[in-house]
Formats: sequence, structure tokens, C-alpha cells
Amino acid sequence: MKLDSKIPEGHISQKWTDYKDHLKLVAPNNRPKIDIIVVGTGLAGASAAASLGEMGYNVKAFCFQDSPRRAHSIAAQGGINAAKNYQNDGDSTFRLFYDTIKGGDYRAREANVHRLAEVSGNIIDQCVAQGVPFARDYGGLLDNRSFGGTQVQRTFYAAGQTGQQLLLGAYSALSRQIGLGRVQMFNRHEMLDLVKVDGKARGIIARNLVTGEIERHSAHAVIIASGGYGNVYFLSTNAMGSNVTAGWKVHKQGAAFANPCYVQIHPTCIPVHGTNQSKLTLMSESLRNSGRIWVPKKKEDAEAIRAGKLKPTQIAEEDRDYYLERRYPAFGNLVPRDVASRAAKERCDAGFGIEANDTNEGVYLDFSTEIQNKGKQAAYAKGNHHPTAEEITALGKQWLEEKYGNLFTMYQKITDENPYETPMKIYPAVHYTMGGVWVDYNLQSTIPGCFVAGEANFSDHGANRLGASALMQGLADGYFVLPYTVSDYLADDIRTGKIPTNSPEFDEAEKRVKDSINFFLNNNGTKTVDHFHKRLGLIMWNKVGMGRNEQGLKEAIAEIAALKDEFYKDVFVPGSADELNPELEKALRVADFIELGQLMAMDALQRKESCGGHFREEYQDSEGETLRDDENFKFVGAWEYKGDDISKEELHKEELKYEFIKIAARNYK
Amino acid sequence: MSSAKNININLKIWRQKNAKTKGSMETYKLDNVSTASSFLEMLDQLNEQLVNERKEPIAFDHDCREGICGMCSLYINGRAHGPDTGITTCQLHMRMFKDGDTIYVEPWRSKAFPVIKDLVVDRSAFDRIQQAGGFVSVNTSGNTIDANATPINKDDADKSFEAAACIGCGACVATCKNGSAMLFVGAKVSQYALLPQGKIEATNRVLNMVRQMDEEGFGNCTNTGACEIECPKGISLENIARMNREYLKASIK
Ligand SMILES: Cc1cc2nc3c(=O)[nH]c(=O)nc-3n(C[C@H](O)[C@H](O)[C@H](O)COP(=O)(O)OP(=O)(O)OC[C@H]3O[C@@H](n4cnc5c(N)ncnc54)[C@H](O)[C@@H]3O)c2cc1C
Ligand code: SF4
Ligand code: FES
Repeated sequence: MKLDSKIPEGHISQKWTDYKDHLKLVAPNNRPKIDIIVVGTGLAGASAAASLGEMGYNVKAFCFQDSPRRAHSIAAQGGINAAKNYQNDGDSTFRLFYDTIKGGDYRAREANVHRLAEVSGNIIDQCVAQGVPFARDYGGLLDNRSFGGTQVQRTFYAAGQTGQQLLLGAYSALSRQIGLGRVQMFNRHEMLDLVKVDGKARGIIARNLVTGEIERHSAHAVIIASGGYGNVYFLSTNAMGSNVTAGWKVHKQGAAFANPCYVQIHPTCIPVHGTNQSKLTLMSESLRNSGRIWVPKKKEDAEAIRAGKLKPTQIAEEDRDYYLERRYPAFGNLVPRDVASRAAKERCDAGFGIEANDTNEGVYLDFSTEIQNKGKQAAYAKGNHHPTAEEITALGKQWLEEKYGNLFTMYQKITDENPYETPMKIYPAVHYTMGGVWVDYNLQSTIPGCFVAGEANFSDHGANRLGASALMQGLADGYFVLPYTVSDYLADDIRTGKIPTNSPEFDEAEKRVKDSINFFLNNNGTKTVDHFHKRLGLIMWNKVGMGRNEQGLKEAIAEIAALKDEFYKDVFVPGSADELNPELEKALRVADFIELGQLMAMDALQRKESCGGHFREEYQDSEGETLRDDENFKFVGAWEYKGDDISKEELHKEELKYEFIKIAARNYK
Repeated sequence: MSSAKNININLKIWRQKNAKTKGSMETYKLDNVSTASSFLEMLDQLNEQLVNERKEPIAFDHDCREGICGMCSLYINGRAHGPDTGITTCQLHMRMFKDGDTIYVEPWRSKAFPVIKDLVVDRSAFDRIQQAGGFVSVNTSGNTIDANATPINKDDADKSFEAAACIGCGACVATCKNGSAMLFVGAKVSQYALLPQGKIEATNRVLNMVRQMDEEGFGNCTNTGACEIECPKGISLENIARMNREYLKASIK
């Protein structure tokens, strides 16, 4: 396997422009002769399908939900970055590029990230033109806020529902193309394999989830935009259906899978409450703009809180440890996610956690200071220069409600506690996966004609992506990168004609899918799919989670391999193949999660350094900060599939070259 | 959360093999449900129990489980999304129920939302309404004007956002005695009607969306307001009024 990243020559600020100027085109009259499949209609897929449909290609788009509008992208809360410098606080394309590379702990590709920063401004223009109702100030201009890991305000948002509004924007563009007949939408369809003809991606096998029918779909190119794989941990902030199947099947057909161990743990999620819990809920990172994070300074206070004898509001100011402000004075509560997450874990491991569950894992996110500050400001703005304490508190709460009302309500519904009155309890949880299918600068995998976009690829984020950049990447890929690079690839296909689906290649792929469905339905096991998924999740969280070490990783590899055997021997899947069968859907997904889980542990084991979301406990400095090893690990780890036994996978390295920025230690102090 | 306890409940759940077969209410008993669980986690627990008894689990729609994707549905004790306001079913928690309660669970019932299986219904009619005009016709090329070149009054932007917050769950339709989709369509029409970008096509948009809505077999609005009460996102009846105004304007043009 050869990894050719195809990064264009030239100065970083000119690469994409020059490159675009020389990509091949498909003339408008030839585009209707070409079919494109898009798997996934989240931000990346919907924007890609809409744009390619708009250009005149025949697009078939697939999603497993009942409507594209439900894709996991809808859940993103905080916002989307763009280097518009509307706030005149020194932002620029270069600075966004730099922050993102640094936030990725120098484990992302320079050229890709620069392109992302370059098109970021366009994304906002495009979305506003589509009618996305971003937050505005009283002058009618767009409002911004800041996110972790940056010192400028470049995050555009729509209350705490930015992903929702962006996705509905992309969905509306997609709907327009569906209405015009240029995109054919397949809801409640799941891609279960990739079909290759002469080494090129030429189609997919999909299951109609309602009728169970196995369908063949051919195309000249296939775009995978199937989202992230955080659900390998069972508990995560991902939607329940998020899975790795499309990416994993592509991997099995020959696409390299890159940096699987790079998992972002989000610091502000609602802590786990019990064993029946099915998922974790994120409280937007934007809350860190207003909330201060703390745990009690004294262990006995933490114990009393856990025992329900003390309330957080009863802990005096001087008895609170605002540990992020203490450790990282320059960034304070706005340090990047990996730093904030580890710091929370460190305090809880040391016995200061405040949650009354079996692990005591929880810290406070406190809004009382902000209520006072903003309340005072609001009173003054109203001309009231001698507000009473009650007036200040009331105005402060009102301010919070305007800014984060939906998040506060969400918190209250889940926990039954009122965050206006008492600090929120939060703890890190698995959130976003930075690894994924390896792609080159064109977002093409190592399989010609198979492109991968959004969270499903590994491309732009390196070891620890910053907040508000995933939405940016999804839309950049779909609206502004793939239309060019896919056209370049397809320029050679204008005479190919329809790809037949009655070929041996389609027969074979369909057989693979049917065999595995039949296997699960006929396997007379005794345990549910969730039983295995939960066990996998525990291994992953304990041994391939926030902190990893050699011994734990080796154990994880062995345990997952054993779990796989047991899964195939003992899983029980009721129902039949020709109907809506959610247990069957889950079984097929968990089968892939198990294999991926093992690869994640293998990838983490070989990476003998700490970088961002990947924290190897053996490699830390005296203050507990990550220790990167640029000399030996400045590469993308791309794995090649070698058959059923995952331990046989072969690692290929793509050296990362930093020509335009200087690599430095990541310091947020 | 430390106040969580375990309760035992009885469930009456609608089972229906597929769109063609007749369904019926089935009775289940479920013990040890934590009051900290969500309603859907309770169903997971029931399904786990059913599969362990080698029975077919109950099919229901869900994905995000945080009240934003609009995928979950369910009529619970006669109310869309159950006995709490301003929430979706995935946000409903078992602390709303008492030990020994009997809970009735049914799918959305509306002519325009045929049952697929058990509690799962087909809401693709909403997508077709959107495809008929719920968008601004702008190319996705990125060659648009700078976003700040079109200032938008904050109040309008906020109102547009409030309308755009509709998650397409269909509770409004399910709860309406006429099966009307006016709240959903009104929200979509309003979002664009309030923004300068959407104005140019306003006439066609409202005419096309309303035509499609009627073709899909949704009922008419008789202003009972049940939709607003059950809407998890607080979409206001104002949007129906705005849609009617837009429709009237468009019809006499
Ligand atoms: C709670 C939460 C908050 C977040 N907040 C932010 C934020 O504030 N800012 C930010 O930048 N990012 C945020 N993120 C991250 C961001 O939302 C995601 O990374 C991004 O939306 C992923 O988009 P996507 O298009 O790649 O994938 P998704 O939106 O996950 O879409 C995947 C699509 O693929 C389809 N699919 C998957 N597998 C198959 C298959 N086998 N067959 C057919 N279809 C399939 C699905 O149906 C879906 O349509 C957040 C994430 C979460 C969970
Ligand atoms: S208007 Fe409310 S109830 Fe109706 S679909 Fe939208 S969010 Fe659901
Ligand atoms: S599962 Fe997404 S809104 Fe309930």
C-alpha cells in the first residue's frame, strides 16, 4: 500500500487556489452521464450531495434515519469557527490555521488545515445566504463568541443549536435538489458494503431497513460521509445510531484507516448516573465562557457533598479549587478539551470528585460569578447604577437564560437540578473521533473513486481538534472541497456509461452481506447485542480511554479479541431479515465496533508518546502535561487490513511535514 | 440524582408487525426501573428483558436521545411525548412515574403517518413538504456576498430562529384532532418569511408547501391549539397566523 498525500507544491497560502486552477473539470453537459453515491447526509454528506446535485451529477444519497434532518450533526451545540475577523480582535486565516494545528498537537496535515481555514469564511456566507438564522447583535450584524483553545472570538452560533441550524440549512439545500429530481434520497437505508470493480469504487450494497431488502447501487464514485465512531465506547455523546460500519467496510475493501486511537474526550458532559444509562449528554463547551470549574479544596468537603450532607453553594469561596484557573492562568477555563478533561480526571482520581455514583466522577461548572458580573452590567446598561443584590441576580439569570437557556433546561430535565441555583455537575465523556478513513488532499481514500468526508475521515484534526471545527470541516468538505476534487476524478469517466449491477463483483459483495445477516439470525446464542457492546465499551473506556498505558493496552487487545470470539459464539439476534429489525442492525454495527476497538488499542500502543486526546501515561512531564515525541511520531498512522485477525493489520506511516509553522510544545499556561 | 430509586411498572404497548397487519395492545411488566432513567432507557431495559426471553423487542424510533433530532415519538398515556411539557420522549424521565403505574404507549396516529412497525411511523410526508419549497434557492457554490452585507434586525433573526427550531418530530400532527401539519409548515414558512434572504421566493414557497401539505393528507387547522401545547420546541401558533397571512398575500397576487 502506498500513501500518497498529493499535497500540492507552492506556498501554503496559494496551494489550494493554484491547485483548484489546475484540477480537471467535467463539462456541464457531461455531468448527467455520471452517477455519484453519497453515504450519509449529515453536514458533510448533505452539503456534498446538494452541491454535486446542483452541479448536475446524478446523486443518490443514503442515510439510516427516516430523514436527512436527523443526522447526528443536528446535535452540535456550540458553534462553528470562521476567520472573518468581524470582531477586529486580530483573527486571520493564518491564525485560525495555526490555532487548529496547535490544537491538534501538530498531528494534522498542514495543507489540509490551511485550506479549511481559508474556506471557513465562505461557509458562513453560504449558510447565511441559505437562511441559517445565526445570532445577531442589535446592529443586525453577526455575533461571535469564543471557544476553548483560542484567544479570539471567531465562533458563529445559533443559540445552543448551531449544528441543528447548519444541518437544517444543508438539508434545505439538499431538499431543493431532491425536489428538482437531481438527488435521489434513500432514507432508512444502511450501506453494508462497498463494491469495487477493477480496483475502483463502483457501488454499494445497502439494506432497506424497512423491508430488509438487499439492494445494489452502482456509481462512478462513492462518497462516504458516515460520521464518527465514538459509540465504540457504548457510552458517548454520539447519537445512538452513529456507527463505523461504512468506514470499516471500506477499510476491509482496502482503504487505510488512520489514527484510530485519536478520540476526543469532551470535558463538559453530564456525569454517568447508573448502569441502565444509554448515552451521555454534552453541555456545550460555550458554557465554559461563562462558567467556572471547581472542586472543593478539602477532601472532607468533597466527601460531605457526595454523602449529601453539604451543598456546593455552602462551600466558601476560599475553599474552592478553581483548578483550571490555578494551573493555566492564561487560558483558564478555556483551555482545550483534552487539557480540561485530564485536569478533571486528575482531581477526581485524587479524591476530590463530587458526584455520588460508584466512581465519584464529577466536577462543578459554576455560573454564580457570571450571574453577578452580567447582572451588574445589565443593570448599569438600563441606567440603574445602584442595583440591589436581588436585581443583580435576577438580571444575571436573565442574561444566562438568553444565552444558554435551552442548555440549562436540558440539564434540568435530565438531572432534576436547577443550574441557575446550583452549579452544574460535569465530567468528561467520549465525544468526537479524530481518526477515520485515511484520505489524501483530494479527500480520496486509498481506493480510487472512494472519497471520505466529515468526521468519517481522519483528515484535518490530528490529535485533539478544538471545538467548533468539526462543523467547519464537514461543511468545507461537502460544499467547497469535494465538488472540485470529485470532478477531477470523474473527468475520466464521461464515456464509461452506466455501471451494471449484475456483475460478479456485485454478486460477491451482496453475498458477503447476506452471509453475515444470515449468520447473526441463525446463531443460536444466549446474550443480547447490547450485552457485548457494553462490555466492549467498558474495556475501551478503562484501557483505551482518557489515559492509556502499555500494559492496559496490551490487555485491551487480548480482551477485545476474546470478546469477538464470544460475540460470534454467543450473540442472539431475534426476528427475521425481511423486516424492520433494530436488533439485527445493532448486531452488524457492533461486529464492526469490536474489530475497530482492537485496532484503536493497537494504534494507541504503537504511539509511544502523548499528544492531545491520546494520553500515554508513560509519557508526561513532571507537571502531568503531555510529552510529544516529534522525532519519532510525527506521522499519521495508517493501518492496512490483512484479514479477519485484526492483530495482523499493517501500519503505514505518512510523515507530517511542517514547512510553514514552527512546531512548539503546546502550552496553555 | 442521588434521589433516584427503583420502581416497578406495567406497560400497555401497541404491537403491530407491519403496515399491513392489524395491531393490538400488549401488556408487559417491568421491575427495577431507575427513576433516573429516561423513558427510552426504560424501553431499552424492557427490550433487553424481551430478547432474553427470546421474544421480539419493541421497535421504536430514536437517535440523538437529547431532544434535538426529532426522531423519537410515542404517545404516552394519551399525550404526545408523554406527561411533561416542552420535551421530547427521550427527555422524559421515569421520575415522572410512580411505583405500580400502568403506562400506555402508542405510535403517532395520523393518516399521513402510516405505521411501519410497532411504535415506528413513516413521517416522510414532512420531507416532501420541505422539498416542495422549504428552502432559499441559492447555489451552494460559496460565491455569495459577505454574510454581514445583509444586516438583519435582531428581533427578526431571533424570531426566525425560534421558528427554525422545529425538529420535525410530528407531535403537532399526532396531537391534533384533525391531524393538521400547520404548526410544522407554519414554522418553516415563518423562518424564511422573516429573513430578507427568503423574501424573493416567499410567494411560491408558501403556495407550494401548502399544496404539498394538502396532498399528503394532513387535516385542516381549526385553531384548537393542541399542537402548540405539545410541541417540544415551543413553536408558537403565531407561526400559523403568519403562514396564513403569507398564503393570503400569495393567493391574491
Ligand atoms: C453533542 C454534540 C455537540 C457537538 N458540538 C459541536 C460544536 O459545537 N461544534 C463543532 O464544530 N462540532 C460539534 N460536534 C461535532 C460535530 O457535530 C460532528 O463532528 C459533525 O456534525 C459530524 O458530521 P458528519 O456529517 O461527518 O456526520 P454525521 O452528522 O454523524 O452524519 C452521518 C450520516 O451518515 C449516515 N450513515 C452513517 N452510517 C451509514 C451507513 N452505513 N449507511 C447509510 N448511512 C449512514 C447517517 O444516517 C448520517 O446521515 C458536536 C458533536 C456532538 C455529539
Ligand atoms: S412544530 Fe413542534 S411538534 Fe410540530 S414537528 Fe415541529 S417541533 Fe415537532
Ligand atoms: S431521540 Fe432525538 S429527539 Fe428524541
